[in-house]
Amino acid sequence: MNDWPLWEVFVRSKGGLSHRHVGSVHAPDAEIALRHARDTYTRRMEGVSLWVVPSAQITASDPSDDAAMFDPAADKVYRHPTFYNIPDGVTHI
Amino acid sequence: MYTTELSKSNNVASTEDPGKLAAFEARVAADEFIEPKDWMPEAYRRTLTRQISQHAHSEIVGMLPEGNWIGRAPSLRRKAILLAKVQDEAGHGLYLYSAAETLGTSREAMIEALHSGKAKYSTIFNYPTLTWADIGAIGWLVDGAAIMNQVPLQRTSYGPYARAMVRVCKEESFHQRQGYEIMMVLSAGTAGQKRMAQDALNRWWWPSLMMFGPADADSPNTAQSMRWRIKRDTNDELRQKFVDITVPQADALGLTVPDAALTWNEAKDGYDYGDIDWEEFYAVVRGEGPVAKERLKARRDAWQDGAWVREAAAAYAQKHARKQEAA
Repeated sequence: MNDWPLWEVFVRSKGGLSHRHVGSVHAPDAEIALRHARDTYTRRMEGVSLWVVPSAQITASDPSDDAAMFDPAADKVYRHPTFYNIPDGVTHI
Repeated sequence: MYTTELSKSNNVASTEDPGKLAAFEARVAADEFIEPKDWMPEAYRRTLTRQISQHAHSEIVGMLPEGNWIGRAPSLRRKAILLAKVQDEAGHGLYLYSAAETLGTSREAMIEALHSGKAKYSTIFNYPTLTWADIGAIGWLVDGAAIMNQVPLQRTSYGPYARAMVRVCKEESFHQRQGYEIMMVLSAGTAGQKRMAQDALNRWWWPSLMMFGPADADSPNTAQSMRWRIKRDTNDELRQKFVDITVPQADALGLTVPDAALTWNEAKDGYDYGDIDWEEFYAVVRGEGPVAKERLKARRDAWQDGAWVREAAAAYAQKHARKQEAA
């Protein structure tokens, strides 16, 4: 028998926080993926909500494109508030 | 629980692109994490796959010596605790299999390697659990040794492995404490119970020391693995740390560590301990452990007995997929 499809598991640890990737499980369908995710990743009150997503549905950036993808942000420091010098006397800005 | 790196040769192929290799080595040396889709040398991938899958197998096989005591736990409290611990070991195996799969080996292939006897797992699980005190000794010593090894692996260079280790370490501490508590109760009990605790310590002490793997002089791959941050401390360093921490814990129980050569060495600020029987260690690695065959048989039986559940789940999923297509 071949492996069941892989699902990525995301847990919301408490209300107000976003779901965060915690790992993966194999399961034949979404319902069992949820059950497996619950048993595998929330045995100690780690979460209040679970997402499972078929791993095959995730499109990831390629690390070999990292420079093209992310380096352009490095020379745009003017996007950060600390780039601008405001005199000490000026407040609430 | 724990793995020992038991490979033989490990030559970094000279066919690797020298530029990529240098960049990789620099990243690892700077304590950066390597992620699944990043370039990595084949030898790194191979070594990690073997190490993580051995580790996963150890967690899975590690359920067996304890699982056979769930029905015989002396109280409902102990039974609930042991069930939770064994369930954790299953979870640890799953985290680790998932981490190993990100390196490109399928779950099926790893499980097949375990069941066929091709894959290694920690030698410790091929010793029998004869009495209830053994469950105490395993939690205290075996999980204690595992923690000693796993804590530094939270900073191992491969991201998915490091993240799995963070989860495992969080959960492992309860394992050790519940085991020590069993030993405390037995040591403070009747003369017979205390004898049982001492007997368990006597049988598990040396196999626990062996869990750290061969002496540094006989671990030719340690240097490479440490350079790649797959391993963060040598076998002997971790073993020494374990002895230094564990001996006072045995004293607190009023039990005696079964080593006549054990003495405090002021100069090195640690204990000197007796010689380890490496013949026994290598025999167990070769699969000659006292209950090696039973363990694998129990594992294969569990897999086969669960086949109908997997088949039913797959059939159910297929039926629903067809219904959805039709709708």
